[in-house]
Amino acid sequence: MTTLTSESTAPAEVLRQHAEDAFAAELAALAEQDDRPRPERWRLSPWAVATYLLGGELPDGTVITPKYIGPRRVVEVAVTTLATDRALLLLGVPGTAKTWVSEHLAAAISGDSTLLVQGTAGTPEEAVRYGWNYAQLLAQGPSREALVPSPVMRAMADGMIARVEELTRIPADVQDSLITILSEKTLPIPELGTEIQAVRGFNLIATANDRDRGVNDLSSALRRRFNTVVLPLPGTLEEEVDIVTRRVNQLGRSLDLPELPGGAEEIRRVVTVFRELRDGITADGRTKVKTPSGTLSTAEAISVVTNGLALAAHFGDGVLRAADVTTGIAGAVVRDPVADQAVWREYVEGVIRERDGWKDFYRAARENSR
Amino acid sequence: MSTDVTLLGVRHHGPGSARAVAAALEQLRPDAVLIEGPPEADQIIALAGEKDMVPPVALLAHAVDDPAKAAFWPFAAFSPEWVAIRHAIEHEIPVRFIDLPAAQTFALVEGAGGVPGGTSPAPAATDPENAPATAPETGSKPGSETGPSTGSEGGAEGGAEAGAAGAQPVVHDPIGALAQAAGHDDPERWWEDVIEHRAPGADALAPFAAVAEAMTALREPRPAADPEGSGTAAGPGPGTAVAVGRRDELREAHMRQQIRAARRAGHTRIAVVCGAWHVPALQTMPTVAHDRAQLAGLPKKVKTDITWVPWTHRRLSQHTGYGAGIDSPGWYQHLFTAGSEPVVRWMTRVAELLRAEDHPVSSAHVIEAVRLADTLAVMRGRPLAGLTETLDAVRSVMCDGSDVALALVHDRLVVGDALGEVPDAVPAVPLQRDLARLQRSLRLKPEPGERTLDLDLRKELDAARSRLLHRLRLLGLGWGTPSRSAVNSTGTFRESWRLRWEPEFAVRVVEAAQWGTTVEDAATGKAVENAVGATELAELTGLAEHCLLAGLPAALPAVMRILADRAALDTDVAHLADALPALVRALRYGDVRGTDGSALDGVARGLADRICIGLPAACAGLDADGATAMRSRLDAVHTAVGLLAPAAPAQQLVQTASTALAGAAEPTALAGAAAPAAPAAPAAPAASAGADSPAERWAGTLRSLARREPSAGPATGVPGLLRGRAVRLLLDDGRLDSAEAGRRMGLVLSMANAPADAAGWVEGFLAGGGALLLHDTRLLGLLDEWLSGVPGEVFVDVLPLLRRTFAELENGVRRTVGERVASGPLGVRSPVAVAPTVRIDQARADAVLPTLALLLGLPVPGQESGKPRIPRQSDRRAS
Repeated sequence: MTTLTSESTAPAEVLRQHAEDAFAAELAALAEQDDRPRPERWRLSPWAVATYLLGGELPDGTVITPKYIGPRRVVEVAVTTLATDRALLLLGVPGTAKTWVSEHLAAAISGDSTLLVQGTAGTPEEAVRYGWNYAQLLAQGPSREALVPSPVMRAMADGMIARVEELTRIPADVQDSLITILSEKTLPIPELGTEIQAVRGFNLIATANDRDRGVNDLSSALRRRFNTVVLPLPGTLEEEVDIVTRRVNQLGRSLDLPELPGGAEEIRRVVTVFRELRDGITADGRTKVKTPSGTLSTAEAISVVTNGLALAAHFGDGVLRAADVTTGIAGAVVRDPVADQAVWREYVEGVIRERDGWKDFYRAARENSR
Repeated sequence: MSTDVTLLGVRHHGPGSARAVAAALEQLRPDAVLIEGPPEADQIIALAGEKDMVPPVALLAHAVDDPAKAAFWPFAAFSPEWVAIRHAIEHEIPVRFIDLPAAQTFALVEGAGGVPGGTSPAPAATDPENAPATAPETGSKPGSETGPSTGSEGGAEGGAEAGAAGAQPVVHDPIGALAQAAGHDDPERWWEDVIEHRAPGADALAPFAAVAEAMTALREPRPAADPEGSGTAAGPGPGTAVAVGRRDELREAHMRQQIRAARRAGHTRIAVVCGAWHVPALQTMPTVAHDRAQLAGLPKKVKTDITWVPWTHRRLSQHTGYGAGIDSPGWYQHLFTAGSEPVVRWMTRVAELLRAEDHPVSSAHVIEAVRLADTLAVMRGRPLAGLTETLDAVRSVMCDGSDVALALVHDRLVVGDALGEVPDAVPAVPLQRDLARLQRSLRLKPEPGERTLDLDLRKELDAARSRLLHRLRLLGLGWGTPSRSAVNSTGTFRESWRLRWEPEFAVRVVEAAQWGTTVEDAATGKAVENAVGATELAELTGLAEHCLLAGLPAALPAVMRILADRAALDTDVAHLADALPALVRALRYGDVRGTDGSALDGVARGLADRICIGLPAACAGLDADGATAMRSRLDAVHTAVGLLAPAAPAQQLVQTASTALAGAAEPTALAGAAAPAAPAAPAAPAASAGADSPAERWAGTLRSLARREPSAGPATGVPGLLRGRAVRLLLDDGRLDSAEAGRRMGLVLSMANAPADAAGWVEGFLAGGGALLLHDTRLLGLLDEWLSGVPGEVFVDVLPLLRRTFAELENGVRRTVGERVASGPLGVRSPVAVAPTVRIDQARADAVLPTLALLLGLPVPGQESGKPRIPRQSDRRAS
């Protein structure tokens, strides 16, 4: 569910490449061997898009790396939604690869993931519809030349996929300007007495944060225009350990941290703690535990481990130990100083204390919670 | 021979199969229908045609002598067998069940050792209650319903025990093998695509021929290597041949014999409805002699009764117990009844359901959901949108991607609430028989008049009676109500009951039949269900106690699990504190009865841990009433924790010392002796080795409770009442010495503190025994000094509290305290100097010493040697 970045760390000028550039070879191979029907202006057929995201091997032996590790269903529903020209809303707690999936979907379908509107509390209507080049406007009056199209408008005109990030952060009135675009598929320009009509292939992917729903909740009119797909947290312990290990290694390399022994075991423990507290039940399914108010996403587990690595490398004895991660874990868990503190202590005393081979972890956690 | 036998191989509970069977029977117009099922049911099969008979229903066969030996054959409206039965009844043609009689199946399972043949599972004979309860025809996997393989699905009700049906040497999954061969990973889905979602073609018999062919291929034993097994449905992959179980052979031999019998009876067009798996075996008829020889070895029949019972969709969907393991009976029902456009109709029903639950869903949603489901089906290469596609679409379009709303859809529509009905004419349920049998063997006659019954639980018969009555109470049959014992005895082995049998209990028995076929099973099932529905923790601990009384060890783990879960999520420490004492009681009681209390013990310890962690926060900022309630909880938990922890020897010593301290006549000297033994409480590191016992943790909690003084206003700390109580409890346990307690009291009673808080502290400290004040005059002195210092106007406020405090002291103590205070100033600064100032007549005082020495076993002063004396205890022990 989280991401796998490209292993090809070409010494590019840019810090981070767009998906369509980083995986250009895979996309080309897929396009070449894709013999299924493609919706108009799609670079690939829906099947090929799903393969691009989920990974697989092509008939000629080209290996497609998985971009998204998680249930197949999620990707299938997402791609199908876009094929039925309904807009797609990706929901999920922070750190579940929403943006990542949306970028790759856009790259695979339109070959361009840059038609992006970043949602913030200050996103103006111009970012969704169009703005004006005021010098031109004053000099020549309203004209097409003076118009500055938004990414959404460009996507409509060219039949591409537009992306809106953090939809629920955008003020409600700006959100609602999407309704006409999604239902009528047109964008009126009253100043010029004309309109832009979306051509086939246009669609929109929005991402929103589950936890922030209350910020600017979507109106039901807008919500109705979207098919919603919730990106889940990793399904199994192994899956999550895998994701965390990969990301920690990548991050550690970029931060020039030395490879530390003992890491695998601590990562497993961190992920176990996160999962148990998040799910409200122990891994063996026997005991329930209270859930703290924090998100405890995979991304946070990654940062806890990375932080622990830095601690161990710079201040510790060079081995990643329980004490290096427990502070981070407690910090991630205890967001509300009263309620979460009790949850955490109860978990430490009730679950960790009993666990075989976790003695050092228990001791470290106890020390920290004092 | 002009007889025409048509074999209709079906998947049990497959709506497509049901439709195909209906079409085939219409086309065939048979003059006899034979169905795979227990022949005992032939007499009651006609009831299936009654107006009051509404599926889902089940045939329930049970051994007359042992109702726990039971098997169910559930039928839903979409079961092919049910379709065949109704067809036969409507067309007035004979219909028979042709499987091995249930009587023999029971015997077979019972005497599994006697059955020849290697592959037949030998369900653990040690587990007679569970093993025979396998429902031979409750197959979930299409065609995999062969007797042995359903064992695991038909295990005893509530019987989560391993080995419910014994180990299976061969796993039958013919459809799985077929699906694998066709390149599908999910056998259910594959079968749905190929069979269930098919519209009937022109020739209604064609699908059956295809299925028969596929099964034949599967049943042929093959060499392991078959290079070209992929691609076609009929070509099994490498090594997919499935071995035929011994019991299957017997059943098939019996079915063949029955088909022959039907032929002999003169029927010319016979339709046989059976599991697809059996078709090949019934197609190739071996000689009569062969089958007869096969069946010759069958054990003698067990006396068996059979009846119809109402069933539910929820039960059909259960994978354990008597469920049929169908994941989606509601969906099947829909497929079977919907006719055209099943997906559109389904989506409309979902929309209706969601609207009824106040979830806004418009027609536009339905349209988009259908579009998405259809496109998904295309994307996944399926001929028609199946359950997975429709649910994916519903989740994404109608439920905003949330699984919560989807769970509702799953519960209400995919599984469904359908409840079957049976006519009144059906025979009695086995639970009634079991109860009657127990009543006979325990010599407890149901009488309408009231009478009392005294039981001595040490006698086996009485213990069994007690268990029966407790179990019936769990089932809502208040035949016996516990009453105060007429025989005055405090022993836990006595129990008194008032018995009175009400006529409506008969109805209750029938109602309770849904929980199980025996009183024990039913009570177990009911207890588990009660536990699931319980809202209060104390309710659950009560239930656990009841389970022990009723001797329901099978229910206990489930109850304890739920209890542990609830306790884990309950944030109200008061609930936990209320639950703990009952649990500890149950634990001790369990010990008395010799039940395994390890589960209880674990839960009780967990509960104690949670209380320890949550208590200080829960006690903060309580008002007077809250504090009083909490104080009694504090005491209850303190006692319970004491019972829970097998105290360490050192601790015991300290406790004894402090008890001695409380009763000793010379306080200062003894207190001084005990002080070094008591740990320096506040300074003791909590992380030390002993910190793990519940008592230690509890002491730690009490300490932190005692420390939490209000810093600004009463809401910011723990009320004085509770802090005082905590100090007292610690003092009583010898975890604080009296000097420390005195210091704390001095701090609390100092001028800086609010008098009301201080008064509360004193109340808590002195509750349940004020003799302490007499033994430690320092404390009394402190108290006296504080009381004299309280300003006049505040004194009026504090007075009720003080009054209450001192009113609760024992009479003698109160008087002595009064006398001491009245007798003049109590030397606060020099407590030792409180020695009486009266002049002592030394000689008269010395006269007491020899007697005293004798009593205490000390050497008599002045007579160190010579006279024989009574040996001291330690001497005797030494010799």
